[in-house]
Amino acid sequence: MLLIRRFEEKTAEMYQRAKIGGYCHLNLGEEATCVGLAAGMRPTDYLFTNYREHGYAIARGIEPEPVMAELFGREGGVAHGRGGSMHLFSAEKRLMGGYAIVGGQIPLATGAGLAIRRKGENDVVVCQMGDATTNIGAFHESLNLAALWKLPVVYVIINNGFGMGTSVEAGSSVAALHEKACAYGIPGVEVDGNDVIIVRDAIREAVERARSERIPTLMNIKSYRLRGHSVVDPDRYRSEQYLQRIRGLDPVARLADQLKRDGILDDEALEQLETEVEREVDAAVEFADDSPEPDPKKLFEFSYATEVPNQPSALPGQDPWR
Amino acid sequence: MAVITYRQALHDTLAEEMRRDPSVVLLGEEIGLFEGSYKITAGLLKEFGPDRVMDTPIAEEGFVGAAIGAAMLGLRPVVEIMTVNFSLLAIDQMVNHAAKIHYMFGGQSRVPMVLRTPEGGGQQLAATHSQNFSAWYAYVPGLKVVAPATPADARGLLKASIRDDDPVVFLENLALYNTKGEVPGLGGNSTSERQPPPDDVVPIGTAAVMKQGSDLTLLAYSRMSVVALEVARRLEQEQGISIEVIDVRSLRPLDRPTLIESVKKTSRCVVIEEDWYSYGVGAELVATIQEGAFDYLDAPIKRVAQAEVPLPYAKVMEQAALPKAQNLVESIKATLDASGYRARTTR
Repeated sequence: MLLIRRFEEKTAEMYQRAKIGGYCHLNLGEEATCVGLAAGMRPTDYLFTNYREHGYAIARGIEPEPVMAELFGREGGVAHGRGGSMHLFSAEKRLMGGYAIVGGQIPLATGAGLAIRRKGENDVVVCQMGDATTNIGAFHESLNLAALWKLPVVYVIINNGFGMGTSVEAGSSVAALHEKACAYGIPGVEVDGNDVIIVRDAIREAVERARSERIPTLMNIKSYRLRGHSVVDPDRYRSEQYLQRIRGLDPVARLADQLKRDGILDDEALEQLETEVEREVDAAVEFADDSPEPDPKKLFEFSYATEVPNQPSALPGQDPWR
Repeated sequence: MAVITYRQALHDTLAEEMRRDPSVVLLGEEIGLFEGSYKITAGLLKEFGPDRVMDTPIAEEGFVGAAIGAAMLGLRPVVEIMTVNFSLLAIDQMVNHAAKIHYMFGGQSRVPMVLRTPEGGGQQLAATHSQNFSAWYAYVPGLKVVAPATPADARGLLKASIRDDDPVVFLENLALYNTKGEVPGLGGNSTSERQPPPDDVVPIGTAAVMKQGSDLTLLAYSRMSVVALEVARRLEQEQGISIEVIDVRSLRPLDRPTLIESVKKTSRCVVIEEDWYSYGVGAELVATIQEGAFDYLDAPIKRVAQAEVPLPYAKVMEQAALPKAQNLVESIKATLDASGYRARTTR
């Protein structure tokens, strides 16, 4: 969790220094959801996420180096610099993509569950999404399919209270988002997203139910984002009072306090951890800086998986038939 | 070699590919118990069971997206959308996900799925059920888009599409389902498990010269290729005009060299399509010829396409809007006249 916290703070810094382009959404304040979610899954399970996914990638076990390199748009990034912040992917770690069209990942995750069922495999798919995503059609179509076809998929809402600047209450006729599960006859669970152990246990229960009974679950994990929607959002729609309150719920501080109370961690160990994490994050930046930019000659490299005649290969100004 | 319908070619090819590869599954509305709105999938539920012939609820975005996700994990889903008009509900999944996943994730995932759907007017189905959206799909890098005109190509391109590791939009046409043609490798006992000849896969990305000619090139795809061929044969027989007919058949990738080489030979070109006139595939074909064969052209390229209205219900109105053989004959003659052409024989 501390690694994700410091990674994301560094990401914001690198964005300000123009090392990172495009849109960039941070998991600051959501670290317990990232780590708890990954810890509740088996390494062989599949994860689909939305575009706020740096923390999930790291929690899944992807090294911070290729994640930062992806944000920098470098060849050494997890998607060779072709995807960027919103489109992290690792076949090896079964992170099946960050998706930046709100709700787009939900039918895909559902289909992954269908493939698992058809092949008679034992894996489970976890589909992460934001709170505002529960208002889109793809969400409802997918939950209906998963329940109807008995697919091993767990739908996880990371409910940070806001879809950009629109509150859950302003966007959803049902504010208790897990209650939407009742329309599809599947369990809906509300979870405290600021406690990593609670998140892990709740995810594990739902994932194992999906594995053994083919029952999908809708999880409403309540969390907070400590910054705006994206790095460039000045966050003017949330009151100072609200921000004060959520800062007091910081999941990283909460876990540190708990570990200290239980005698597992002392100040010295925490300091040491901070030093290690700082080194790791600095190494990620160094790796990203050193990684080469993709070669524009390879612009068409991933156009198709199966080569066919007459594939486009012309640059602007060139004739496409030569 | 057997003469069978376009519908039968699709049906038999689906069955054959499903027997060949257990990862091929079918998804769609009413494709199982109901046997398909146009009966392409008749009998397949019985042979392959509900795990491989999956009836879906009316949720196009949901089940097309599910097919894409299943393809990412190694299935080869063939999705049937009842008509192309309903595919608009799923176009986000095709454009933003199917077309992007291989490239955007740096080649780490593939989407071997096929979206089959019929286009076309002329059935009095009125404005929302008679459309063509070839150009919308063909516009998108990352997709492959084919529009076969003959039963043989329906078979050959469907095989290529199912075996391809990229998402393929396979555009059929309502008015082609009952048309007949020779199909290599099919016929007789359709449930036979004998291996078909190896050359019956039609490569995506290639156009077909349906008929050779020297006076004018006709470019067409889908149902209009059939119209073009009929017109060309008739004009040759009746008036001695030698027309080369090219069935574009693969809209993405587009086989530009074949089109250009033909016009370099004939120096005249007419394009016909069932789609609306502006901004369509026809416009792309004209631009291609202009760019690649300008110096060879003896007359401006003419286009025949659908009138730009939501297609009306009343038969006389619908027929007035749709491109027909006579429109093509007139455009061919105008093009020939504009270039000072005189037929070798006239009546």
